[in-house]
Amino acid sequence: MRFLLKGGLVIDPQTGLEKEGDIRVAEGKIVEMGMNLAVGDEALIDLQGKIVAPGFIDLHVHLREPGGEAHETIRTGCQAAAAGGFTMIVAMPNTNPCADNEGVIELVKTRAEKTGLVHVLPIGTISKGRAGEEIAEIGSLYQAGAVAVSDDGSCVASGEVMRRALEYTKIFGIPVISHSEDVTLSADGLMHEGKWSTILGLRGIPAQAEEIMVARDIFLAELTGGKLHLAHLSTAGSVALLKFARQRGIMVTAEATPHHLLLTDEEVQSYATSTKVNPPLRSRADVQALQEAVKEGLISCLATDHAPWSEEEKEQEYSKAPSGIVGLETAIPMVWDTLVVKEKMSPLELIARFTTGPAKVLGLEKGCLAVGKEADITIIDPHLKKAVQTSEFYSMGKNTPVDGRVFQGWPVMTIVGGKIVMREGKVKGDIFKDA
Amino acid sequence: MGIKAKDLLTMEQLGREQIKLILHTAKEMKSIIKRDIKKVPTLRGKSVVTLFYEPSTRTRTSFELAGKYMSADVVNINTTASSVMKGESLKDTGLTLQAMGVDLVVVRHSMAGAPAMLGSYLEARVINAGDGFHQHPTQALLDMLTIQEHLGDFQGLKVAIIGDILHSRVARSNLNGLTTMGANVYLCGPATLIPPGLEEQGAKITYNLEEAITGADVIVMLRIQLERQKAGFFPSIREYSQLYGLNKERLALAKKDCLVIHPGPINRGVEISGEVADSLNSYINEQVTNGVAVRMALLYLMLT
Repeated sequence: MRFLLKGGLVIDPQTGLEKEGDIRVAEGKIVEMGMNLAVGDEALIDLQGKIVAPGFIDLHVHLREPGGEAHETIRTGCQAAAAGGFTMIVAMPNTNPCADNEGVIELVKTRAEKTGLVHVLPIGTISKGRAGEEIAEIGSLYQAGAVAVSDDGSCVASGEVMRRALEYTKIFGIPVISHSEDVTLSADGLMHEGKWSTILGLRGIPAQAEEIMVARDIFLAELTGGKLHLAHLSTAGSVALLKFARQRGIMVTAEATPHHLLLTDEEVQSYATSTKVNPPLRSRADVQALQEAVKEGLISCLATDHAPWSEEEKEQEYSKAPSGIVGLETAIPMVWDTLVVKEKMSPLELIARFTTGPAKVLGLEKGCLAVGKEADITIIDPHLKKAVQTSEFYSMGKNTPVDGRVFQGWPVMTIVGGKIVMREGKVKGDIFKDA
Repeated sequence: MGIKAKDLLTMEQLGREQIKLILHTAKEMKSIIKRDIKKVPTLRGKSVVTLFYEPSTRTRTSFELAGKYMSADVVNINTTASSVMKGESLKDTGLTLQAMGVDLVVVRHSMAGAPAMLGSYLEARVINAGDGFHQHPTQALLDMLTIQEHLGDFQGLKVAIIGDILHSRVARSNLNGLTTMGANVYLCGPATLIPPGLEEQGAKITYNLEEAITGADVIVMLRIQLERQKAGFFPSIREYSQLYGLNKERLALAKKDCLVIHPGPINRGVEISGEVADSLNSYINEQVTNGVAVRMALLYLMLT
């Protein structure tokens, strides 16, 4: 497949490039970049008014397979990623069986390759069986292809186990992704603890349940010199701790999700179970602090924490329904509208959080546009305004509180390894089988 | 006329006029309860289902009698002996009731928000008979009827609600209803059982029982559940009773004719001394009568 991307605004946070220009793609690579490139015999794609960015990377995706195929499969998850403008996704290991062994890592890799849409990088578990008691065979997981370890979904309660994981991963240079939650404090909590939990009579989860574990993990990163990445930060206190870590020179990175950057606990008042998520939707002050931290780059990654659930699971009483929001197909419009359209961030800053930010966490030579590089490219129409329609989702999970909401700024093309895998919201294999 | 929204889920949804209407209607209903032959044909041909996912004698019986006094067909679904026990979801239970052509469903559930969810699947109207720690509007209305009958206007009354506020749907509903009608509501209990954000809803918070009840017109005592002690919210029943139990000496701090009410069932000697429960200040039994009247009023307003 050879084509010329013509006349788009090319933005590459790696080099600071922000200029109208053309990109020629052939044999899966970027072969030429510049102004007014001559049109050859390849396909011409007119991108006037569009933004051409390095392929977006999502560090935090639950593909559910193996074990949870009623909620999502690797195939539907990859389709959702392509539809949502992501060229690379990182798969969390809390499947059933969980990825605490090479077998599951291999399975995820193989099936993702067969799907042939986006790059899928698997994460291994921190502990055997995600039980938080003994560290998993992280060396074997790494050799099989795990790019990080995480017990996401559960917190490693033992400081000792977390310490060992942060030390042991230094052998391989991969990060430990922490799900920071003191479960003795969050206990049976269902939503953020505050005015709304009181009104609604739902047990609250205080912000401190997260912050206490964030503080612990930051100090363990200082002790060990391990690479710590904090998943789905949701509170102003966590942002303050991150600032503190930065000042002390502790190696720690962090991500925030689109839903935590846009929605507050007030959303829960309808008892819609699509608002049930862990960590929970927080207060307005927390949202504000997160937005600022993302702008400053203190939080260097945006990640979806894409957590699909079947309708049967979510159509239950609020207390019974599982936690999670799908994000792959709404992430870009949600944050583009919230942060760029409302002029809180520049397009370049926002793109960096989806590209150079996550690439750096994993130590990958990805998330940039340059001649000779694999052509992973995300194209955004910054003017396109439309409503989220879960009925159109490729993901099997329709669980999002933003169904029906109108956002401006949508991905319109996803290019992976020089192949167009999504065009105008339609994923390859869906409309253009010849591609 | 009637209740504006399809479902009665919270006291928050009711404004002053709606509350006045319900209380006024309930007063009229009381005359039926006092008759020798307690039957009027008002709701003939209407069907009411009570669906209780939590054990309850008082509230369920009260709704059942309210419906029967007005000739509605009342069916009680015992969730421990029904398809619910076979794992039927709330959604499917709702759809089944819908298909049966029920006119009104009274639901109690241990999970907050369940009545709202059930209501979304039903064309029938729904009355929340208590959901988790969220709301219990008919209890608040019967408490308010009791208060109104003895003290008249709510404006400026000092009402102290004492006990486990965190886990109390009665406290939340009373707070909303009473503040809407102009009363000053004090919420008092151990700091571990007072959730955040109540001041924003118009409550005054104190951990000191004496402060809460001094000069009070009404004292609402809440039942303390023994399992809260096991969950570590307070160290012992003995200490709870010492700090927050209502006895004769403490009651003397309130206004002389202060009403003492309690949603029941009471723990004698724990949150309330037997002496107080049986005193002239106690309106606990009258509340039960008013409970039937308020539920008759609601069934009437929602089904005609």
